[in-house]
Amino acid sequence: MNFFSKLMQLDRRWVYLLLVIVCLSAYYADFTVPTIVENETKAIYDFIEALEPGEIIFVAVDYDPSSQAELHPMTYALVEHAFRKDLKVIFTALSQNGPGMVDQALRDLTDSLKLPKTYNGIFYEGKEIVNGVDYTFLGYKPYYAIVITAMGQDYRILFPSDYYGTPLDSIPMMKRVHNYDDISLLVDISSGSITDAWISYGQGKFDFPLALGLTGVMTAQYYPFLQSKQIMGLMGGLLGAAQYEHLADNPGLAKDGMRVQLPAHLLIILFIIIGNVGYLVTRYRERKI
Amino acid sequence: METVSIWIAAILTLGIFSFLYKDNPLYKACEALFVGVSAAYWAIVFYFDNIYKKFYEGAVTAEEPDYFLWIGAILGLLFLTRLIPNIGWVSRWPMALIVGATAGLWMVGYFVSNAMNQIGNTISNIIVRDAATGFIAWGETFGTLVILVGVLSGLVYFFFSKEHKGVFGATAKVGTWFLMVTFGASFGYTVMSRMSLLIGRVDFLLGDWLHILR
Repeated sequence: MNFFSKLMQLDRRWVYLLLVIVCLSAYYADFTVPTIVENETKAIYDFIEALEPGEIIFVAVDYDPSSQAELHPMTYALVEHAFRKDLKVIFTALSQNGPGMVDQALRDLTDSLKLPKTYNGIFYEGKEIVNGVDYTFLGYKPYYAIVITAMGQDYRILFPSDYYGTPLDSIPMMKRVHNYDDISLLVDISSGSITDAWISYGQGKFDFPLALGLTGVMTAQYYPFLQSKQIMGLMGGLLGAAQYEHLADNPGLAKDGMRVQLPAHLLIILFIIIGNVGYLVTRYRERKI
Repeated sequence: METVSIWIAAILTLGIFSFLYKDNPLYKACEALFVGVSAAYWAIVFYFDNIYKKFYEGAVTAEEPDYFLWIGAILGLLFLTRLIPNIGWVSRWPMALIVGATAGLWMVGYFVSNAMNQIGNTISNIIVRDAATGFIAWGETFGTLVILVGVLSGLVYFFFSKEHKGVFGATAKVGTWFLMVTFGASFGYTVMSRMSLLIGRVDFLLGDWLHILR
């Protein structure tokens, strides 16, 4: 059996092992990966950067723990940026396991925001973010298409009280806030088909600026909506999160992850090349091509 | 308590990863646990959000009860008639309502956002001008032309009422190439996505569990 025939019958577990070795090595190697920011991520950052303090953005956290590794860094980077800019944030979680994600992000961000930090040369004092003043978490409701449509009339229809049971009318930041007309931007950070509903029933019907943060698997599918200007920005996977962290000068899990992604991707590209060469040579020797 | 939960999560993570070597009882146990916990979590959320908060607090204990909710509750109960063979057919009524309402709800919105708006933006604004200078933005114009060619050739490829020969066949071939590029982009993003999930777990194992991350 020659080299290429052996290659075609290589046990896939060797591939897994090599991948693990490369990943672990990357954690301990000392190198940096340059971040090239794409326009679709920059559009979101610039939009939020241009908002005035006190304006409201709506962040739909539509993912669960299975996508946490990819999407949590996006939520952290974007929401911390918004809070540092003194924007107010309304959260929903239309994925069933989403409330836990929002809860965890808010706890971590509350701690992080207490520390004074300098981003892009601008000094930000540490601050306490307060539920009801700086943010409102509406919680989860099933049947997202109906929820998204109903919120276009009034958030109170399906969320008379927030996730913690406080009536919306007694929450200071929600006093004059009723529907999508009262927000400046809606960002859907999602790992599933809820995004379709935000485009069709949210943006399509109520015409608010919509930005998406998606898992890598979904990203290519939603680029047509960027071209048609139905969405104003798009962050794709961990790469999109790393780009946002770079723009916000707030390196975190995503930028760290890029240091592992690069060698892992190079290894996968190498595997693809070797696999194809092996396949073509084997076929040629069998005179099938 | 947090230490215990981290250890449980680490053992379960390693249990799932053990499938990469070969199927084994630890993997099966972790998988069964995941399915069981997910189902239980779903049931609890469903009960508290739908039955208790929405229906019980809205239609039973509210100062001004919403009697429309009773219609939903009765239709929901009709689903249970499937458990009684003689009257199981009654469960088709609420099913028909759900199918009809969902189809109606999605049809218009989906058609407008995924068909009309997409078609409109593909055939209009082919020549893109720079907003500031008014000159033609060649890069973006090239992009819109590529999209136009991709859409048309892709549609030709999926037109099977005419044999793919001559100019028609060549156009369909171009469509095939566009489809290949699309699949390639999706596959690339999928690899990145899966690697991100692996990185997330390795981060957890080395950082939160073993504390050996730099």
